[in-house]
Amino acid sequence: MRKRGVGIAAGFYPMGMSGGGDSSQALVKIQPDGSAVLTVGSCDIGQGCKTVLAQMTAEVLGIDYAQVKVVNDDTDNCPLSFGTFASRVTYVDGKATIAAAENARDILLEVAAQMLEKSPEDLVAADGKISVKDDPDTSLAIGEVAGAATFGMRRLVVGLGHYMRDPATPDPDTGECDPVCSLAWAANLAEVEVDTETGEVEVLRLVSSYDVGKAINPMLTEGQIEGGGAMGVGAALSEQLHPHYPGLEDQPTNLGDYAIPTTMDIPDLESVIYECPSTNGPFGAKGLGEMTANCPAPAIVNAIHDAVGVWLNELPASPERVLRALDEKGGG
Amino acid sequence: MTMKVVGQRVKRYDGMAHVTGETRFVDDVIVPGTLTIKAFRSPVAKGNIKDLDTSAAEAMPGVAGVITAEDVPCNAYGLVPDQPVLVEKAVRYKGEPIAAVAAVDEDTAVEAINKIKLDIEEEKPVFDPLEAMKPDAPKVRPEGNVFMFGERPFRQIILGDVEEGFKKADIIVENEYLHPSLEHAQLEPQASLAVPDAGGKLTIYTVSQALYFHLGQLLGILQMEPDKVQCKQWAPRTGSSWRHNAGFSDINYVGGTVGGGFGAKNDIHADHVTALLALKTGQPCKWRWTREEDLLYSTFRGAWRMTIKDGITKDGRIVARQIKSIRDAGAYSTLNFYVVDKHSFLAAGPYFIENVYVQGYCVYTNKPPASSMRGFGITPATFATEVQIDKIATQLGMDPWEIRFVNAFRKGEHTATRRVVNSVALVEVMQKLAEKAGVDLPDKLMTMTSTERG
Repeated sequence: MRKRGVGIAAGFYPMGMSGGGDSSQALVKIQPDGSAVLTVGSCDIGQGCKTVLAQMTAEVLGIDYAQVKVVNDDTDNCPLSFGTFASRVTYVDGKATIAAAENARDILLEVAAQMLEKSPEDLVAADGKISVKDDPDTSLAIGEVAGAATFGMRRLVVGLGHYMRDPATPDPDTGECDPVCSLAWAANLAEVEVDTETGEVEVLRLVSSYDVGKAINPMLTEGQIEGGGAMGVGAALSEQLHPHYPGLEDQPTNLGDYAIPTTMDIPDLESVIYECPSTNGPFGAKGLGEMTANCPAPAIVNAIHDAVGVWLNELPASPERVLRALDEKGGG
Repeated sequence: MTMKVVGQRVKRYDGMAHVTGETRFVDDVIVPGTLTIKAFRSPVAKGNIKDLDTSAAEAMPGVAGVITAEDVPCNAYGLVPDQPVLVEKAVRYKGEPIAAVAAVDEDTAVEAINKIKLDIEEEKPVFDPLEAMKPDAPKVRPEGNVFMFGERPFRQIILGDVEEGFKKADIIVENEYLHPSLEHAQLEPQASLAVPDAGGKLTIYTVSQALYFHLGQLLGILQMEPDKVQCKQWAPRTGSSWRHNAGFSDINYVGGTVGGGFGAKNDIHADHVTALLALKTGQPCKWRWTREEDLLYSTFRGAWRMTIKDGITKDGRIVARQIKSIRDAGAYSTLNFYVVDKHSFLAAGPYFIENVYVQGYCVYTNKPPASSMRGFGITPATFATEVQIDKIATQLGMDPWEIRFVNAFRKGEHTATRRVVNSVALVEVMQKLAEKAGVDLPDKLMTMTSTERG
């Protein structure tokens, strides 16, 4: 018999290294044509940090996204970053990037102020131009300002940025500390169908809701949610590196035996993004990379209980475990 | 001010290059004359090396170099520098690298590995952390099998008084949860290419997720300027051992575009060996792990055993939560203790609970070293606590949505480490979830907010 059930799970997740003290630095160079090169030390592991950091740079400078290139290739050229982990890059590198872009923009405003015989505070950079705030028709193209600065005025238009949260050492007895930059919030709903004869569980639906502070690029946010959802389904139903834990027997040696879900195993993924701005995040953004893999498994296990009345205290909810639990309960 | 670029669905910066196969990953970098590396790994999970004979391998035509522990200037690395690049005496897990060969091609390298003779005294390993915690257990590590968080064998978090909380509770719910070890299964396996140049500079093409983090460790292993920093074998935890502060310009560490990580590339797996062989042979050296090696010997999400005891009042409020968690760390510290810290800080979950007691243990076993994976210690905690809260709801006859709304953090409340939460949105996120999923929640829940505890 196939029985359906629904389950939910909630969660939260911090950004930055727990314990603080992790740095990222950034450098924004303005080329003579007004385009920009952002240099950071964090890696793009597929999450899309080149995209979101380029978006932040473009936003601050008032230029197009296509006008920003990102260099993160090597340590000879790139400044310090602790790395791409702990859901930290959008947040920590984002803050460093904004600071560097503002720094570069200030140089451009200073140069434009000289050219326009105004004060830098009277100017604004937007839409590829630097214009006078209360006289928008008086403006210079950013490329014109950058060219004049570089070629004529002996300026190297480079902005520098840095962010490091203070280290937060836990109290040795109570653990008291303020260990994280910000917290993001999560809730998932899973609907499953359990085959009481085979023990197989099919996930029919996985609905995700996440607070990301501010989605710098909603398309990439959704990508993270879907990737994490798939990883969560694998953790819930099929993945285990040590099938005879704690022993090491029969360890999988290929991805046929270590069963990560394929697209055929993944249900329709629906998601909703909620934006509760981080009090000090870049444009209010929080990190989301890791937390998307956390709620699917408990939501699925709770859905299995809703469907057939058994609790699984151990992952994955393999057919064998489901059948054993049904046997123990009696009948199924 | 309205934003023009931030918040827009601009196309992915590197998307087209990725989907057309134009992105160049480490294994795509071709340098003429590159040698192929293979590792000689321990056949046993625990043992003492009596003799290692690499002479037949070294004598083979086509073999350019063989390295053993003797060739490693500082043979201990990691945040707590306790992991050898190549084992000198004590083997702590099956597959632990003991020697490495660089040869003209893969077949020659494999043949050379097969000629290495090892005399090892096998010892009884321990795989179960519960067994490893017993006083008479086989010693995975000379200093003991349990990582010390300062003076304690666990990270302790205390908020309020859980025993007092349990007294106020109407029901007590206690359960044990197990989270298995998991593989990252990232698309790109571990790989490294080290290219020495005539000027003495070494270029390393890396899959690292954390360039500077690893560069500091590499410089420590290689001791680029050995007079400046003392090599510390089995050093106490200092938290800064990776900051070897000399030689940063002697290596150009090239990476930044990684074929998937999920935490698999937060620890050095291959760069130290390629660097050592490149320096020894003077030739470019590449080490590309097979999927089998990656599954068997690379870092992974260590397994967890978590016991949760909750005290709850009839209205569904969790008034006390006690958690004892044991992390199976494998043989070395890697990022395990950090994973346990992160777990312990936030294991109590996204709910305001006035009395919390957490003990987070990090226990060594004779497995390959576990380390970071997406979600660190919070992933297993979320599994355990979110199934637990459904069990509580079932026992109270309460709706699973309602019990979460009732306990969810509100603005200005604080976590178990007394960290005040300001940007709080769990109530709203759950309301959005209900709307999206088409679940009709009662007005009582839909009118709640994160700014007020109703």
